Amino acid sequence: MRSGIFAGFLLATVSAAAAFAQGAPIKLANVAELSGGGATVGNNWKNGIDLAIEEINAKGGLLGRKLEVTHADSQSNPGVARAQVQKALDNEPYVLLGPGYSGSVKVTAPLAAEAGIAQIMGGEAAELTQGGNKFLFRTSFGQQSSMPKVAKYINDELKAKSVAIVWVNNDFGKGGRDVITKEFAKYNIKVAADISTEAGQADFAADVSKIKAAAPDAVFVYVNEEESARMLKELKRQAITVPLMGETTLVGQKVVELAGDAANGARGHVGLTTDAPVDLVKAFREKFVKKYNYVPDHNGLKGYLAIYMIKATTEKMGKVDAKAFADNLHGLTIKAASEPGILMDVTFDEKGDIDRQGFLVEIVDGKQVVKQVLPKLN
Amino acid sequence: MSNLLDLLVAGLATGAIYALVAVGFTLLWQTSQTINFAQGEFVMLPAFLMLAVMHAGAPFWLAIILGILLSLLLLGFGFKLLLVDPMLRHGVLPLAIATMALAIGMKEAVKQFFSAEASPFPSIVPAGDVSILGRVVSLQSLGVLALAIAVVIGLTMLLNRTSIGHQMQATAQNPTVARIIGVPVERMILLTFLINAFLVALASLLITPIYLAKFSSGEVLGQAAFIAAIVGGFNQVRGAIAGGLLIGVVDNLAAAYVSTQYRAAVPLILLIVIILFRPQGLLGRPEERTV
Repeated sequence: MRSGIFAGFLLATVSAAAAFAQGAPIKLANVAELSGGGATVGNNWKNGIDLAIEEINAKGGLLGRKLEVTHADSQSNPGVARAQVQKALDNEPYVLLGPGYSGSVKVTAPLAAEAGIAQIMGGEAAELTQGGNKFLFRTSFGQQSSMPKVAKYINDELKAKSVAIVWVNNDFGKGGRDVITKEFAKYNIKVAADISTEAGQADFAADVSKIKAAAPDAVFVYVNEEESARMLKELKRQAITVPLMGETTLVGQKVVELAGDAANGARGHVGLTTDAPVDLVKAFREKFVKKYNYVPDHNGLKGYLAIYMIKATTEKMGKVDAKAFADNLHGLTIKAASEPGILMDVTFDEKGDIDRQGFLVEIVDGKQVVKQVLPKLN
Repeated sequence: MSNLLDLLVAGLATGAIYALVAVGFTLLWQTSQTINFAQGEFVMLPAFLMLAVMHAGAPFWLAIILGILLSLLLLGFGFKLLLVDPMLRHGVLPLAIATMALAIGMKEAVKQFFSAEASPFPSIVPAGDVSILGRVVSLQSLGVLALAIAVVIGLTMLLNRTSIGHQMQATAQNPTVARIIGVPVERMILLTFLINAFLVALASLLITPIYLAKFSSGEVLGQAAFIAAIVGGFNQVRGAIAGGLLIGVVDNLAAAYVSTQYRAAVPLILLIVIILFRPQGLLGRPEERTV
């Protein structure tokens, strides 16, 4: 009788453990710019992540297990980001998500690599994936992919011979400025003014005065979203009429909302936009707006895609294996036809860089209008 | 040099805002001999109060009135009664530290209850430009400058030309003697706090359309105004005004003619030079230590 009770107890314990192992949630950790200068970036990214997880869990989860994410605030500060990532890694997540700022990615990537945990991030600085880190993956184009397209557009379409460059003095801004300067040299485009600004800078009057004095054929603006809005306002205030060109951070939804009329006419290359003429992207936009009551910028898409990158890779492996995850994501092509959450066909190379369609957009009457679709390279 | 006028006007407009905020440092110093390290956040909050009123469906003009009234209540009356009066009993240093905690609390509260993201804010000055001496100058810069100057002149006249102003100055100079000669010292001190609350609400109204409404916007502004108050003279209202205008102009000129990369260092260098050669500030008066 006693041995029967013991056997029953043992069986129940083993069954419960097995059930727990089967049904235990898959832990993800997100460290993002939820406050500070990058709050727009981090909050869009977070909301995209939450939306994707909600969708996947509603359909039964990933390999039958629910996804569970913890969000930590880097305060847009690389030092805080590093501490938060260390804390997140101590909990042994399946995959690390974020941060969005290149400077924060730079200081946190070695931690994730050392732990052998894949890090899917939003940073765009060219150098991030050039150092041989096998655990770092982009959700958007790096500057080495986007800047040549921007320079080509400025040369071919705008026919500009001299360009003023305005950049934010951090890893993101410096990386973009260095790459585009090299690209301009290939087209013999002169840098009429090279203007460094600070993240969180309040007054852009003097910067725009310098642009005015340099009289360039076009202005390339590469600063964070909120500063982009203030810069656009000041450019309009000082009646700068030459074409304004930038990247995603110049023509994002938040910039348009903050800059108002001053954003009209600004053009930029964007790897992702909710205005893309792609049905799955349109569907994503509707879902996001329904849930959060605002139109996300590209960071919302990046966060959403990050989760579907995890889903597609894990389903390909057929198991949840943090150590094997990075190996399986390298070289992987995810087709939107088989995984609609990925929104567009996408390929990850051996460095963790991404290849897919891109878009050239212009702000017209306060809305992004896609002027050109740039095809996937491979 | 063709942009000099543009830079001067823009610098003076920004400097006028710094001056409004810096005056608040001076007023509090004169009445309580302490520094309000939450002064930058005091400028941030009124914009969010006004936005909250607008989100409730009120028109902009009503939001301005209610925003200013709420600022007087919270940042003037409430600040004095709930923080300064209880903390001052324990000394100046605990009060200064309490204002640092208040700054963090205000930032976090706005972030939590409103948003961490920046929000646009309507301008009371219409968009557009005017031509002055052949240069195109924005109405917004001129409007900010004109309003700030009007307020500063009004404040100066209040302090120097009215009975209340004289009583406030007597209170600031020696509250014990002022009390003996019949000055209602407590009421004068409260009035000082209310004036500061009005100034920060006005600064918020003027600056937020340009800098956007954001929970962290007080950091930069508070720091610039603090430097301005020291440079101009911490114990003189006119010093704070001069310091504010000077910092605004120097910042812009440094960015245009020296380096955009090192512009943030220029006001700090100015601060160090002033402290070294004229510790009381450009227009301040040396304070004698009583034993």
